Amino acid sequence: MLRDITLGQYYQTDSVIHKLDPRVKLIATIAFIISLFVVKSWVGYVVAAVFLAVVIRLSHVPFRYMVKGMKAIVFIMLITVVFNLFLTPGEVLVSFWKIRITKEGLRQAVTMAVRLSFLIVGSSVMTLTTTPNSLTDAMEKLMKPLRVFKVPVHEVAMMMSIALRFIPILLEETDKIMKAQIARGADFESGNLIKKAKAMVPLLVPLFISAFRRANDLAMAMEARCYRGGEHRTKMKPLKYAVRDRIAYGVLAAYFVVCIVIGVYL
Amino acid sequence: MGIIKTDKLVFEYIRRDEEGNVEGITRAVDEVDLDVQRGDFVAILGHNGSGKSTLAKHINAILYPTEGTVWVDGMDTKDDKDLWNIRQEAGMVFQNPDNQIIGQVVEEDVGFGPENMGIPTEEIWERVEESLKAVGMYQYRKFSPNKLSGGQKQRVSIAGVIAMHPKCIILDEPTAMLDPNGRKEVVRAVRALNDVEGITVVLITHYMEEIIHADKVFVMDQGRIAMQGTPREIFSQVEKLKSLRLDVPQVTLLAHELKKSGLRLPDGILTVEELTQELMRIYNARKA
Amino acid sequence: MSIILDHVEYVYGADTSLAVHALKDINLVIPDGQFIGLIGHTGSGKSTLVQHLNGLIKPTGGSIYFNGEDIHAQDYNKKKLRSKVGLVFQYPEHQLFEIDVFSDVCFGPKNLGLSRQETELRAYAALKQVGLEDDYFYQSPFDLSGGQKRRVAIAGVLAMKPEILVLDEPTAGLDPKGRDEILDQIAKLKEETGITVILVSHSMEDVAKYVERIIVMNQGSVMYDDVPREVFKHYSKLEEIGLAAPQVTYIMQALRKSGMPVQTDVTTLVEAKQEIIKLF
Repeated sequence: MLRDITLGQYYQTDSVIHKLDPRVKLIATIAFIISLFVVKSWVGYVVAAVFLAVVIRLSHVPFRYMVKGMKAIVFIMLITVVFNLFLTPGEVLVSFWKIRITKEGLRQAVTMAVRLSFLIVGSSVMTLTTTPNSLTDAMEKLMKPLRVFKVPVHEVAMMMSIALRFIPILLEETDKIMKAQIARGADFESGNLIKKAKAMVPLLVPLFISAFRRANDLAMAMEARCYRGGEHRTKMKPLKYAVRDRIAYGVLAAYFVVCIVIGVYL
Repeated sequence: MGIIKTDKLVFEYIRRDEEGNVEGITRAVDEVDLDVQRGDFVAILGHNGSGKSTLAKHINAILYPTEGTVWVDGMDTKDDKDLWNIRQEAGMVFQNPDNQIIGQVVEEDVGFGPENMGIPTEEIWERVEESLKAVGMYQYRKFSPNKLSGGQKQRVSIAGVIAMHPKCIILDEPTAMLDPNGRKEVVRAVRALNDVEGITVVLITHYMEEIIHADKVFVMDQGRIAMQGTPREIFSQVEKLKSLRLDVPQVTLLAHELKKSGLRLPDGILTVEELTQELMRIYNARKA
Repeated sequence: MSIILDHVEYVYGADTSLAVHALKDINLVIPDGQFIGLIGHTGSGKSTLVQHLNGLIKPTGGSIYFNGEDIHAQDYNKKKLRSKVGLVFQYPEHQLFEIDVFSDVCFGPKNLGLSRQETELRAYAALKQVGLEDDYFYQSPFDLSGGQKRRVAIAGVLAMKPEILVLDEPTAGLDPKGRDEILDQIAKLKEETGITVILVSHSMEDVAKYVERIIVMNQGSVMYDDVPREVFKHYSKLEEIGLAAPQVTYIMQALRKSGMPVQTDVTTLVEAKQEIIKLF
């Protein structure tokens, strides 16, 4: 059932956000993350929260899916909060035993928590509303100017999308080989680090062989279908800005300007 | 000249040991003469290692002959300038359904070939639609390939080839990794292509049930063509097929056994209906 | 030395919205020395079922007993269970990893903590059991043909001296001769050692010739569990779930329908021939 894992957890709906050009979403996500570090006052975070809330509402993706992404980083978040809370010097609010909580620490901890959760939810909005493939397309298109510097943009993008396609397959394969070796008495769990590393050989060798075999087969299949790199290639789904994308850019620019103003004056 | 023609095709490869020293030369394909006519459904049979896949890879210019020549639609595969035309005209479907699908969405995979050929966007969409409809996979166009069954994945691969508008399609053991249902699905799709769209089909397999409807069958062994003829002609030689590591459908085998026991049955019975009819004919004659 | 499955249930991803009920209330007794065919189309749950037999998957409901002991009890020795219930996966050659054939076959017994001598004796015996010639013992497993690789992989499980051998589609991808060779070899092994064999397959024709009992799985449940003759009587039902009885069953049915007084419950070619010849 490992095949059911989709990377980035794309959630299909027919919303405006889904229909936006992936470049818009990619740039917006980056801009949003920057904005979180530009604003420094609660007014700024309220503006960011409103912006995020509106986008989430428009995407028709249930909010619990956004929060799912948070689970993975709860631990990192706790550490950040704890560190900031207890280790920031300043005006002491509460103190017991050797631990002191300062006003600055409290503020810092809250700020970090808000920033981190906005950051996660913000990027979740992007991955939930954009297929990994169109994200790759967006990156390819946005980085096209780098070709001048001989950066193999098309090849990198192709590699990324092939990797995305094969990750679930290889995960499943890993599971299968692991089970097959366990059935032959292999032990992947007990023992010290060296023993554990050694136990991986019966898993890794077949896995690598399989990956190379797949790569070989795939290369042949691609060539048989006339693949010869990015030259002469047309696109089935070319990226083209529609009116809504221009509007989205406008909204984004307005938001960003507001954030800068808040960041500078408040 | 047929759409695919080979003249004394030989393919050899050098075996090397771990240090890279030459151990010997293996002749995988040995003086094969093949002539496939436009619109034909041709089957190539052979056990594993008989050279049938190596032969197939020559038709798509993935491998080049050591000796002899291969022509696809009159183009010599050794001629570099025709490479991409040959690959477009002679599409290829491989054995492992997972290792030939490039796209993460069915329709994107089918569009991959036309994209490589530089077809304009609008036409790609038309081609993708008609190809998916031809193999009955249109309702799955938005699916991830990982969610499809083996038979469905192979049909997507076939659609991916059809979208390139080939004149012939070579299927290299497309059913070897499938279950009986998947095999039926794929064979049905391939037959429809041949019947309806008139695409020349070269089906490589070791499943006998799949070739009953072929126009012509070639049986390979040790790189050579060991037998050729219509399915009926081939299947009437049960003993010879067995010696070539192949078998025949159970009906044919039963008819063969019954004949050996003295029943006057014709050679090369292929279907349950045929056998029933023949047996009933003898049975009723005896009764009367 | 029997396995008992008692109300076994298995649900994949129980806590997600994608939960799949892969096994539903499976009750089976697998006594000593039987040759069993486990049939079902892809996704019927047969592969999930066999992974329960050696404890690779823990049922989400019900229990599994090996020789009367619950295999998921706290202190149960799973490693020992896995040596007693040998499981050969589909395309087992994909798990080969050692530098030569012999070392690869030694992997299983070595993991059991046996002495070097015992390990090698077992590996040798296992390779002989699958009919691999000595010339291949010190070659890289990756240089062998598909059929030979598969034999090596099967030997790798046999070397653990299992009492029950489970093979998940051991003939997938082989040519007809290779398929017959492997199946004949397994039948011979069964004959000689009296080991219990469970053959997982989706081909009725393959198993009909060999097994004494057929278990048909459909949508996670056991649909039929009987001798082949009885199971194939349900040929039209089997067809509905994407399986088919051997072609001879259809021939006999067709002859009967046309008015020839033949018995229709034959399952193999030899039986069919005898049945027809009788009338002429």
